[in-house]
Amino acid sequence: MPRIFSYILHKNGAADDSALELIAAAGKIDPSQPPAAVVCGWGRELDEVCQKLRASYAEVWRIGCEPLAYPDAELLRMVLARALPPGSILLVPHGHFGVDLSPGLAIRWNAAYAPDVVDIEGVDGRWLKIVRQEYAGIISARYRCDISGGAVLNLRPGAFRPVEMAPVSGQVIDHSANAGELTARRTHLETIPAEIGDVDITREAVLVSVGRGIEDRENIAIAEDLAEAMGAAVSCSRPVVDAKWLDKSRQVGSSGKTVRPKVYLACGISGSFQHMAGLKGNPFVVAINKNPKAPIFRVADIGIVDDILEFLPELASRVREETAIPGRERRRP
Amino acid sequence: MDVLVCVKRVPDTAENEIVSNADGTDIEREDLTYSINEPDNYAVEEALQIASRTGGKVTVVTVGGEDDEDILRREMAMGAHQGVLLADDGFQGSDGRGVAAILKAFVETRRFDLILTGVQADDGCAQVGGMLAAMLDYPFASLVTSIEVVEGGKLKIAREIEGGSREIHAIDLPCVLSIQTGINEPRYVGMRGIRQVASLPIPRFGAPEMAVALGYAGRQNAKVVRDGYYVPAASGGAEMLQGSREEVIEKLVELLKAKGGLN
Repeated sequence: MPRIFSYILHKNGAADDSALELIAAAGKIDPSQPPAAVVCGWGRELDEVCQKLRASYAEVWRIGCEPLAYPDAELLRMVLARALPPGSILLVPHGHFGVDLSPGLAIRWNAAYAPDVVDIEGVDGRWLKIVRQEYAGIISARYRCDISGGAVLNLRPGAFRPVEMAPVSGQVIDHSANAGELTARRTHLETIPAEIGDVDITREAVLVSVGRGIEDRENIAIAEDLAEAMGAAVSCSRPVVDAKWLDKSRQVGSSGKTVRPKVYLACGISGSFQHMAGLKGNPFVVAINKNPKAPIFRVADIGIVDDILEFLPELASRVREETAIPGRERRRP
Repeated sequence: MDVLVCVKRVPDTAENEIVSNADGTDIEREDLTYSINEPDNYAVEEALQIASRTGGKVTVVTVGGEDDEDILRREMAMGAHQGVLLADDGFQGSDGRGVAAILKAFVETRRFDLILTGVQADDGCAQVGGMLAAMLDYPFASLVTSIEVVEGGKLKIAREIEGGSREIHAIDLPCVLSIQTGINEPRYVGMRGIRQVASLPIPRFGAPEMAVALGYAGRQNAKVVRDGYYVPAASGGAEMLQGSREEVIEKLVELLKAKGGLN
């Protein structure tokens, strides 16, 4: 069995939650082999992460050099290709960094690459059996992955539940010397933070959120009308922003905002994992979708199969009857 | 700048219900309609805008068979100057690495300044662009949300990262970029546009015309193999509200009141 490594994402001296999820995933590949952590970066923050990881990783490979102060996948691919033993299995969280790093690393290693893995079902000879989701989560697929020459596996955040474990008091081993000369043909210039927009959906208690099912720019008014009746704000999923029907600041998801409402009305939203990743704090989720097989129904509390373009206006007028108090102004005029 | 855009034909999820077939070996393909992978339209639109700003041609390429000519023609109707089909019996069953190797072999027969792909396709792998860049030893960036051509054979690009933030990079040409949806508004293609390109020839290249590295393409070289599909068991899914629309709305209003959804 090849050696297993976890790639640790970190920020401000703290490891990402995925650091523990990767241990759980490694246990599903080879229960007898605890994985080693690979931590790349620079300076005091790097040392802080390495020290913290000693509680959960028996071996922490520290790779520190100044160009790695910002995690740029083009540089890190070069570093990992040199520093890890040939034929290793590297586990990487599947996100904007993993998508940038991993396909090319697998080619550099001449190893297998499996993206967005949601489960691991064990090993059969040289084949690792994995589960992925396709068609935006509508259907699951079983794959086998030849790990005899090593592998890069990108694992979906949240898919592997961390296992309870006693602290291990691991050792930090410095591998910085193996990083080698770093020359990049892609240079990180700056990072521009997201804009807040006219409404800060991260502060709203109730969200009426619309997806592709809203079908047209004009229909956004239907959601706005319901939101007004409920005293809620309108948010959306990615396709609505792509079509420029709502501003990017209204998007819920891993590439949009992370929201923590009390109540979330998902209207015509299929429920991709990227969207659901932006919904935190265990809200009461009502899904309304005309497709009874929409993945959102697997994660919502309440499901309604109906056409939102007809359902939402009727709901709005019923809500107005409920909340109409003569002389009282609505919170959101 | 001459731009290559790699595109893919996929089942149209807006028109079809995606289910597994009887023995679970594949999705049910009977009566399935196909279309261009929607994210690829953003890549083609971006390529057309860059080519018109800088002068140059846009080529669209796909790995597949005769049926894939339709999507190449669709992108030609958008304005791509040429469509190229890479087809060979030996390409069948290739994994992402195999597809990248076939594309690499084609790229090496021409000269492109820039290679674009859509952010991902039906299988959600988002892998071929990054693999192709590594095989060509070109720089790569994924999830690109803006491209600006600057002096000195460079681009200034933005990548979308978490929370809607953007990373700005300078990247050398030639390079490979995977284009995020929403970067632009892909132009509309009408039936008339499709008819105008209906008779244009689509050159086809197979293994003999390109130096495809043995050991990559085809089923026998795949390192990653899909064994089948299944519909995940609905564990603890939503409580479905049943009844007439009026009844459903009554139940929902009561629930919303109880959960603090009406303010």
